[in-house]
Amino acid sequence: MDFSTSITLNGLIQQFLIGLSRTTILFIVSSGLSLVLGVLRIPNVAHGSLYMLGAFLCYTIASFLGASSLGFWLAILLAPLVVALVSLAVERGLFCHLYDREHLMLLLFTFALMLIFGDVVKAVWGSEYRSLSPPEVFQGSLSILGMPFPKYNLFLLCAGPVVAFALWFLTQKTKIGKIARAAAVDRDMVAAVGINVSWVFASVFVIGCYLAGLGGALVAPTQNISQGMDHTIIMEAFLIVIIGGLGNVWGALLGALIFGLTASMGILVWPQFSIVFPYAAVVIVLVFRPKGLLKATW
Amino acid sequence: MLKIESIHTFYGLSHILFDVSLEVSKGEIVCILGRNGAGKSTTMKSVMGLAPPRQGNIMFKNRDITGVKPHQIARMGMGFVPDDRRVFFDLTVEENLEISERGVEKPNAWDRHRVYEFFQPLKHIRSRKAGLLSGGEQQMLTIGRALVTNPDLLLLDEPTEGLAPILVGMLEDHILALKDSGLTILLAEQNQKTALNLSDRGYILDNGVIRYQGKIEDLRQNEEIMRRYLLVG
Repeated sequence: MDFSTSITLNGLIQQFLIGLSRTTILFIVSSGLSLVLGVLRIPNVAHGSLYMLGAFLCYTIASFLGASSLGFWLAILLAPLVVALVSLAVERGLFCHLYDREHLMLLLFTFALMLIFGDVVKAVWGSEYRSLSPPEVFQGSLSILGMPFPKYNLFLLCAGPVVAFALWFLTQKTKIGKIARAAAVDRDMVAAVGINVSWVFASVFVIGCYLAGLGGALVAPTQNISQGMDHTIIMEAFLIVIIGGLGNVWGALLGALIFGLTASMGILVWPQFSIVFPYAAVVIVLVFRPKGLLKATW
Repeated sequence: MLKIESIHTFYGLSHILFDVSLEVSKGEIVCILGRNGAGKSTTMKSVMGLAPPRQGNIMFKNRDITGVKPHQIARMGMGFVPDDRRVFFDLTVEENLEISERGVEKPNAWDRHRVYEFFQPLKHIRSRKAGLLSGGEQQMLTIGRALVTNPDLLLLDEPTEGLAPILVGMLEDHILALKDSGLTILLAEQNQKTALNLSDRGYILDNGVIRYQGKIEDLRQNEEIMRRYLLVG
């Protein structure tokens, strides 16, 4: 097989941009997972389920408001907020009573949540596929260097940096962010200066779950909204967080870039086996940096 | 101010403190002397609520704080300076103080500016990451961090551990200045000299049991006790 002839520079750039827009979704979801992992020290297995919930909610809210542009944007806005509310209820109602338990208990709890959310989604939306069109402005494609490029993906390319900036601002510049960074390393001392760590945990958990919901809402117009999308994303998100460095939000960005770009570039190189590339990249990273690329907070 | 009534504290299955009782009155510096592993830090953590005792009571300002959450104990006016310093490594000096600050309605309340006046060297490194500070600087920061919560009782766990002698002297002066400003202090020390210099009364803790208690002058003269419980080896 001769690969080189089939790859043109324009095709390369197009795949690169497609990969970057996929990276946006991966980054948003895994940064939320990483945040929760870093501060609460809990691998939230149900994170992918909240992403799926975000996608279904986005679909339902958009259809309910009529398939207008306004309805779409309201859905993008509201769906993650509903996911955040659900996670707040779960955290305050159940999860916060378990923090003193051993880790395995917490892991089992989030695993149970994943199963429950999966069933709830099945009960409410059934097992059919749903699909959602992007608003008119972002329908169709644009020609970039003579290659068609979906307009909605351009929107995703802009959303990524906005979320990254918001996260940077939140963790570095706000008081809750500073407290969360302190609690990630030494929760006892945070309590000893009079801060209610339980509420810090609740806030971080809700923000993390919001990001899962946001990722789900944003991804909704680009793919079929279906059962099982929770499993795919949680696998990918965990791998991204692991190669990035546990609990490090910037590690999640780096991991998402590696994962997203190897997947999309892989299609050019070897289409039938393109799915192998991101996983191979993960293996290579872990061989050389077993603790991830950036400093883990663990 | 503080009254510990025969507490027993465990870490998992290991029994660390046996029937420990001690008392600190307002305005005093009281020290707990003892070797490594005697249970000094555990006593501190029990008081702070970080290692709640399984039996016995802890009274703070005439209220029972046994089993109360650490952040609530802190808000009642207890400041904690742990032995291993435990600054928030990822945060700058300024941020360490900022997140700990808790304003109170009283004249001369502690805030980060007063901490910078009190520990001058911190002022110049306020934007440095706490993880990059020297041992002495970290110690000043941990004390400063406890001060900005405006405590009435300060738990000081081995503040001089691992510091150069010149810094130990400096720190002793600062601790005495805190006492003069009206702060009550419970001090855990391995360093006898520091403990004897600063304290009004002392307790000797050995293997989780209080072996001696009394005025610091009496303790100073009681070489037999000091040799038995404090000498290493």
